[in-house]
Amino acid sequence: MTYALWVPLLPLLGWAANGLWGRRWGRWAAAVVGCGTVAVAFALAVALRLALGALPPEGRSLQVDLYHWFGAGSIDVPMRLLVDPLSVTMALIVTGVGGLIHIYSVGYMADDEGFARYFSYLNLFTAAMLTLVLAGNLVVMFIGWEGVGLCSYLLIAFWFTRPAAASAGVKAFLVTRLGDVGFLLGIFLAVGIFGTADFGVLTRDAQARLPLGGAAATVLCLLLFLGATGKSAQLPLYIWLADAMEGPTPVSALIHAATMVTAGVFMIVRLHAVYLRAPLAMEVVAVVGAVTALFAACWALVENDLKRVLAYSTISQLGYMFLAVGVGAWGAGIFHLTSHAFFKALLFLAAGSVMHALGGTTDMREMGGLARPLPRTAAAFAIGAFALAGIPPFSGFFSKDEILSADFHDGHIVLWAVALAAAGLTAIYIVRAFVMTFLGPPRPPADRAAHAPHEAPRIMAAPMAVLAVLTIIGGVLGWSFTSPGALDRFLAPVLAAGAGPVPAESTQGEGLLVAVSVGVALVGLLIGWLIYDKHAVRTGSRMIHEWLAHQFYIEDAYNALIVGPVRSTARLLAVFDRDELDGAVTGLGRTIGRAGRDLSHLETGYLRQYATYVLIGVLVILAYWVSR
Amino acid sequence: MSVPAPFYLALSAALFALGTLGVLVRRSALVVFMSVELMLNAVNLTLVTFARVRGAVDGQIVVFFVLVVAAAEVVIGLAIIVNIFRARDTVDVDDVDLLRG
Repeated sequence: MTYALWVPLLPLLGWAANGLWGRRWGRWAAAVVGCGTVAVAFALAVALRLALGALPPEGRSLQVDLYHWFGAGSIDVPMRLLVDPLSVTMALIVTGVGGLIHIYSVGYMADDEGFARYFSYLNLFTAAMLTLVLAGNLVVMFIGWEGVGLCSYLLIAFWFTRPAAASAGVKAFLVTRLGDVGFLLGIFLAVGIFGTADFGVLTRDAQARLPLGGAAATVLCLLLFLGATGKSAQLPLYIWLADAMEGPTPVSALIHAATMVTAGVFMIVRLHAVYLRAPLAMEVVAVVGAVTALFAACWALVENDLKRVLAYSTISQLGYMFLAVGVGAWGAGIFHLTSHAFFKALLFLAAGSVMHALGGTTDMREMGGLARPLPRTAAAFAIGAFALAGIPPFSGFFSKDEILSADFHDGHIVLWAVALAAAGLTAIYIVRAFVMTFLGPPRPPADRAAHAPHEAPRIMAAPMAVLAVLTIIGGVLGWSFTSPGALDRFLAPVLAAGAGPVPAESTQGEGLLVAVSVGVALVGLLIGWLIYDKHAVRTGSRMIHEWLAHQFYIEDAYNALIVGPVRSTARLLAVFDRDELDGAVTGLGRTIGRAGRDLSHLETGYLRQYATYVLIGVLVILAYWVSR
Repeated sequence: MSVPAPFYLALSAALFALGTLGVLVRRSALVVFMSVELMLNAVNLTLVTFARVRGAVDGQIVVFFVLVVAAAEVVIGLAIIVNIFRARDTVDVDDVDLLRG
């Protein structure tokens, strides 16, 4: 199993190669290196999956020690990879969906100046993400955790000459950094409690070391969850994700929808044994998830930028995942993560295809009627939209339904209702996006005449087709009406490790629950269609619209309460720094310089004067001598 | 009959003061140079006087050293003055003020 090492290492090599020589090689070679390394990594991940499948379920957890990284006192940190069903599932998603997006990027970025730079960043991201998911302890995971944050920053600010992109990159970096502080403190606390950061030990000893509901477990879980809210754009640290849409669209699909933002969910599932010791922290996770799911769905309703609609949708769907893991439905969380990776990547790639066709515009008010010139893109978007809305038989239906029923059976009726409401809103906003983009009369801006919308080239269409197929059939991974789904069964050895026996799934009333959630989704679709396509219903007031368009003024509150004071303090300190500190330093230098210049006037160049000085000196010495 | 030592020392002091004054106030490099010689010889006179008073010869030996060194110094000093004159057409020490700050 030591070849697991090559899964993250290959994209890393691709990064180095493309970063060093990509410009010299030209586009074709850079693309081959960029896509090829990820493709081989995917093949290796498949091999790992098959190798794990050949093992007995209890033995499906293998540690690959690469080398001894560092030790301090009794703490020992090896560079360790953990190959188990959970990490392999994630590795398959990262390399699979990531590989498709790499291929799509070849077409999307074809005319870009920084083609090689783009692929080297994308490879670095893939390597970091694979390190994150394959990590054997929290410290190695932290490498990946920070690595994906760095790549997110680099890729959001990829077009760094645009001020909006540059500042969005900085914003994403700083906001996620806020969460990372919590994550780092959580790692310290975990090492303090367990004496190690190894996932195997954490899972094994959680029950013995952490009293149920004790302060230690709760604080540990909440600190780690703070890291997750930053990385996965949950309340209160969600604010960076919508701005992150300044990056190239494939980046939004890969990093800000399919993989990086799910790191928080993955981390909690990885540490589910620890979380089970802190019911309060899990309650917090679930509530934050549910509230985020509802809020973000509301904001998506009034957004006019296609990519930002999808960004809020991502925040909302991530909320569902946290809701799932918050009530202990680990499998459902990972299942929704998987299906979301499929359909959200598909939606983003379709949006990228629209942007490609229109020459870069993302404002839906300038679109409309694009279904006719872009039939394949429209079909792909529609499939993604149905999956997002939770319409059977698309994958999103199964995963979302599993989360909803887990909430219901867990007794969280309020959270279930919130999630159901969010599901209805989801259907409405995605119909709105579809209608505004693809239906209705075309709304050509002035300069469109010379530039008729055209369907994307085949290299972009092919990944979309694959993702569309995955979106349609992805549900079979977790079909859970009667028996645990394939994914659940595969993950069971990991998830049972810390939790003890899995409680028997109650299937009572399952049919009714499904009917309710499908009904809500269909009603949502219908409402959206009536409002936005048929204009049959006129709703809403100016005030509510403003309220939603400003995201409940949360970010404005941040700006007023945190960013503003910090800025003005910084400005004050900058003045102090420039005027007082710098003044003191340069003043000292200037004083010495002036003193030297003034003293140099003593050097008149007159020989007689020097002789006089000598004479005076001699006389003084003599006088001293004599008087002594 | 011999002149008492203080007279020699007084003469020596007067010569030395005269030489010092010459170095300080005269502008011609040559005269400054001669004043320096005057100071040297004033010191020589002192050395000889004390040698005589103490009845030892070491003071007189030092005088020979001084004379030899002074001769060498004259050679170099005059050479410098000649060169300054060639370069600047003057031997006025106040005109040679390249070291002015």
